[in-house]
Amino acid sequence: MSIAQAIEALRRELGDENVITAVEDLFCYSYDATADLPEQRPDVVVTPENVDQVVKVVKIARQFRLPIYPRGSGTNLSGGTVPVNGGIVLSTLKMNRILEIDPSNLTATVQPGVIIQDLNNAAVQYGLIYPPDPGTVATATMGGSVAECSGGLRGLKYGVTRHYVMGLEVVLASGEVVRYGGKTVKNVTGYDLVRLFTGSEGTLGIITEIIVRLIPAPQARETMLAGFNDLAGAGNAVAGIIGAKVIPATLEIMDRVTVETVENYARVGLPTDAAAVLLIEVDGIPEVVKSEAEAVRRVVVQNGGWIKTAENDEEREKLWSARRAALPALARRKPTTILEDATVPRSKITDMLLALEDIGRRYNLVIGTFGHAGDGNLHPTILADARDEEEMKRVRGAVEEIFRTALNLGGTLSGEHGIGIAKKKFLPWEAGNAGMQVLKKIKQALDPDNLLNPGKIVDLEEDRA
Amino acid sequence: MSIFNGLAAVEEEILKCMKCGNCQAVCPLYKESRQEPAVARGKIRLAAAVLDGRLKPAETLARRFDLCLTCLACVATCPSGVKVDRIILAARTAMVREKGLPFIKKTAFTGLSRPHLFDLGIKTAARLQGVFFKRLEQEKMQPRFPLGLELRRIVPPLASVPFRDRVAETHKVERPVATVAFFTGCMTNYLYPEIGQATLRVLKAHGVNVIIPRMQHCCGAPLLYNGAADMTREMAKSHVDLFGSIRADAIITVCGTCGEAFKHLYPELLDTTPGYGKKAREVADRIMDITRFLYRLPFNPELFRAPELSVTYHQPCHLGRGLGVVQEPLFIIRSIAGVTYQPLKEPDRCCGNAGSFSLAHYDLSYRVLAHKLRDIKSSGAQMVITGCPACRMHLNDGLTQEQMPQKAVHTIEFLAGILAER
Repeated sequence: MSIAQAIEALRRELGDENVITAVEDLFCYSYDATADLPEQRPDVVVTPENVDQVVKVVKIARQFRLPIYPRGSGTNLSGGTVPVNGGIVLSTLKMNRILEIDPSNLTATVQPGVIIQDLNNAAVQYGLIYPPDPGTVATATMGGSVAECSGGLRGLKYGVTRHYVMGLEVVLASGEVVRYGGKTVKNVTGYDLVRLFTGSEGTLGIITEIIVRLIPAPQARETMLAGFNDLAGAGNAVAGIIGAKVIPATLEIMDRVTVETVENYARVGLPTDAAAVLLIEVDGIPEVVKSEAEAVRRVVVQNGGWIKTAENDEEREKLWSARRAALPALARRKPTTILEDATVPRSKITDMLLALEDIGRRYNLVIGTFGHAGDGNLHPTILADARDEEEMKRVRGAVEEIFRTALNLGGTLSGEHGIGIAKKKFLPWEAGNAGMQVLKKIKQALDPDNLLNPGKIVDLEEDRA
Repeated sequence: MSIFNGLAAVEEEILKCMKCGNCQAVCPLYKESRQEPAVARGKIRLAAAVLDGRLKPAETLARRFDLCLTCLACVATCPSGVKVDRIILAARTAMVREKGLPFIKKTAFTGLSRPHLFDLGIKTAARLQGVFFKRLEQEKMQPRFPLGLELRRIVPPLASVPFRDRVAETHKVERPVATVAFFTGCMTNYLYPEIGQATLRVLKAHGVNVIIPRMQHCCGAPLLYNGAADMTREMAKSHVDLFGSIRADAIITVCGTCGEAFKHLYPELLDTTPGYGKKAREVADRIMDITRFLYRLPFNPELFRAPELSVTYHQPCHLGRGLGVVQEPLFIIRSIAGVTYQPLKEPDRCCGNAGSFSLAHYDLSYRVLAHKLRDIKSSGAQMVITGCPACRMHLNDGLTQEQMPQKAVHTIEFLAGILAER
């Protein structure tokens, strides 16, 4: 049974227009947004238009023993969509319909290929929002976002993707179609498999339909930018804001390297002598927003910082532009950008930032750190040149140490990017032996032939060998 | 090293791409096909594969690089500042150098690169066009046979007498405030002489002397954008010689792509040609879009009648993102009393024409256009103004096919149309 026969079967079942085999095109599905990973071409890319076609692909894959790599926009940062063993890349991009916005149940039902921003644009017409707000909101698909359980800038107050997924339709490795959850807020019927598939990175099933929770759009918001001369001041302010019983929608931090770089690149008026800058946004009912903003200003000043409040949309946009410029500005300093997402409990943010500065010094690397201070999810961004093998060795050393530090501080390897292949070898550090065995048993139970996104999160092959 | 000398010249650009995929959010072609080879990230990976030898130049590969509107939307949105257009042009040039041009393109470009032959050919075609096209109304024709044009496509007729043959070479005004050389471009010369006439009238009304050098010809952009750099060098040299020798405060263009050719592509192409590098840069420094020139003059709104009209503006890609002419046309339009400007939702989204792209991929080109037509409709404007003859043609094609009441005109035509009689 050859690849050629499998491709012929795929063409027969899906039609020529949904089967891509030209070598030039296959090259374009050999990577995702992850830095420093080898590319690997698939043998074929399929673009099913509905769940029936997904089932057909799974059945053909089973028959020919070919791996399937589900893929949305390929904007993920874990190597999660790279087809490491060749086989079939299954693109969900043609399943891109918003099936329903249900304002009375506050839900939306979408196909996996819907872009997150498109859902938001549809929801806003009902005065509703879909809160998860990853940096890739304008490009990433709902399917990919659910499979990776992406987070974003509003995690502290609104949570992450898993807090909004209410129901899923999934095609299993057996080719059977199952549905879990639904439109009800309460559901304790059986195991919580919606949560299991959310964040499973395409290794347990192929998500073909998603029901998510929507919430009413906040009526008011206030946006503030605060600067500190020392990291401890910024860290204490973050703790102080939460201590004052204020949960901001956004509580973002940028370190000294990031602030300097942003100012050099975008000239948004940041003081380059600041050790850290916080972008803070509170939202909700106007009266509450007003008193929360006052509390934020008080805490910042108490901790030796200065603070600016946006008086109108134009000023708000200006404050946000500083934060939005963080990644672009850093990315332009050197050709290769390694973006990590090690995460610590909020109370350890200062420790983590200090440790990152120290790691940068010891490995002689430029590391700019920005991220979601409110939920402890930082993005240490290492700037390097992939052509400099010696430097890349130091990068890899620094990355390992960043993970160790995060774990030592009671944190986790990945806040929102996922494990994929990029962090696979570090997973045992956090999960432990017994924990790894459970992960593998779950994988084996749902995908005994290791057909779905093999080589991601856990390796089954090495156990067999 | 010039991008027209090989992919190695864009190695740094290729390395700068961090594969984030943000280009997907803005690429008009990706939005239609939703396939990775359509978007900048995919093409950059292909270019990388060619550069390190994993892929060999091939006709199939060249076709992937052809599938780009060069609308620069990805360049504007790229967090890493990758100049994707430079990678695309370098790749196309490298493909042509290895595999040659397809027969049709080769024939067409050979024609364009021989000004006299081209001029004669167009004039002959203008006389014969009734055989091949049926005329719908004054400005619109439809092909009778598939001549490489879709049968449903609406195009303007060739001018019976080209613009430059209709007017004198030198136009002097009393007490001139400035003197400009006018590079007309082929579409203005052969298809829309009214754009040329309008440019003359508005400039003269502003007290500007205009020189329209006879010896000018195609700017060569269609060749450069299709990878035929080697055929373009002589065209570029002759224009640099011609315009370099004219004493004028500015060289005016009415097409963003012609402007791009002079401003960015000639200096790149002639960088190492002995005696031309510096000269090409000097000519580039003087190149200016008509609206930018008028804006800086400054523009005098009192020369115009108040027409009580609602208009919208489509920003041509090479004019806006290419030459940075964004605010000037809007300032001019809004400064005229009686005119209400009703912006498009996405004024800078490509209309899908992209010159020869619309010949080779008309269906795709029209699907991109459909978004623009929807925006025009929802803007509620009575007229569409744009700064590029090719966008103008494409917009009118769509407006006619969809039986919409609006008409697209060039900014300068709009202005000439409301010049107060003096």
